[in-house]
Amino acid sequence: MLEALSAFFAQYGNLLREGTIDTLIMVSVTTVFAYLLGLPLGVLLNITKPDGIWPHKGFNSVVGWITNLGRSLPFLILMILLLDFTKLIVGTKIGVRGAIVPLIISATPFVARMVESSLAEVDSGVQEAAQSMGATVPQIVFKVLLPEAMPSLTLGGSISMVTILAYTAIAGTIGAGGLGDLAIRYGYNRKVASMMWASVIILVILVQIIQSVFSFVSRKIDKRVRL
Amino acid sequence: MIEIQGLTKAYPVKGGGTFTAIEGIDLTIQDGDIFGIIGMSGAGKSTLVRCINLLEQPTKGSIRIDGVEVTAARGKELLKLRRKIGMVFQKFNLLMQRTILDNVALPLEIAGVDKAARMSRAKELLELVGLGDQGSKYPAQLSGGQQQRVSIARALANHPSLILCDEPTSALDSLTTNSILKLLRDINAKLGVTIIIITHEISVVEKICNRVAVIDSSVIVEQDSVAEIMAHPKEDITKKLLGEVSWDA
Repeated sequence: MLEALSAFFAQYGNLLREGTIDTLIMVSVTTVFAYLLGLPLGVLLNITKPDGIWPHKGFNSVVGWITNLGRSLPFLILMILLLDFTKLIVGTKIGVRGAIVPLIISATPFVARMVESSLAEVDSGVQEAAQSMGATVPQIVFKVLLPEAMPSLTLGGSISMVTILAYTAIAGTIGAGGLGDLAIRYGYNRKVASMMWASVIILVILVQIIQSVFSFVSRKIDKRVRL
Repeated sequence: MIEIQGLTKAYPVKGGGTFTAIEGIDLTIQDGDIFGIIGMSGAGKSTLVRCINLLEQPTKGSIRIDGVEVTAARGKELLKLRRKIGMVFQKFNLLMQRTILDNVALPLEIAGVDKAARMSRAKELLELVGLGDQGSKYPAQLSGGQQQRVSIARALANHPSLILCDEPTSALDSLTTNSILKLLRDINAKLGVTIIIITHEISVVEKICNRVAVIDSSVIVEQDSVAEIMAHPKEDITKKLLGEVSWDA
């Protein structure tokens, strides 16, 4: 058993390590950019609602429509549609760099909706209180909405990250690299069952780590529970 | 002095037409008054009080505060106006992720007061409402009555001359209600701040108000000193609120 394991790692250890690193790079870079774009978008979606603090019905409908468009395309299709655009932006259609463009474009609308729903949980009475104090719209966003929604935004962050992780596995099918790529190339095409299992186990462990870290942080920062 | 004349607020209703929440309201509130506005749910009292700091934009009519018309205020002018009017809510509306000290300091933070000054003011106000030693706690760690004290301290932060209270005791039990009403009365006496208090309970009016207006179906049906209204209620609705007529009569 031990011999078999060490033989397996001697043969595939480097591949698995590189695959894991590639996956982690794709997930973290995508998460960062998807939040840089998706967080402001989610805030705008929330505050421009008819009953939001900065109602702009037309704007809200347009942004909502574009977001839904991005959400309705399956990631695999979007990735193929974007191939030429990806090449234009990062100079390649494949590998980790090639995958990051469609990953960000696909994850941003998802993140925007996650953020919007977290902000929707903030009590409207609290926002009204801030308005009654003469707060400007940016003041309400930065001093009330975002801080009050922080525990929920954090939990949403783990859902977004796990979703992005799943996307990276799909990206593996067109040569993005990462664990999904390994599972397909070795596990599926070459029928190396042990590689399939190894990739799956690492993915499961990654999801568990992401989920528990974010849940822990969310609980830790939430002051609504009596201490 | 607050002079309200012909104040009307109508909302467009889905599928056409309008719903009139308040109509032709005339009220005069003197400096230092604790002015009660009493009525049943849906009578329009919440809309009325929200028009005073323009959380609701009135459809028609005028509101003058110390002789200055405020209904036309927009942009910076509107924010400045609101910073000078405190507001206390039925459900406290505190920020759950901020300590109560930071909650009290929030209006000052919004007004751009520097940190040292706003912290010392917030401490002073928590002392005033009897929570001086609790500043580092979060709202969820306090009782309802304590949370309402924090929200009263917050309403006072910017040295307002007027505080609007929207059903401030309706979420509290009767003992806590009394202590909150006493606090409002003390603040009125000590700081001379005018208080407008919306309620559906005559006992609240009886305990702390000097004047009262009765609102029913969007209009003010009578207004007078509390003593006069209690002794000689003219309108049926007033008698009902006073409990002189049973509710199913």
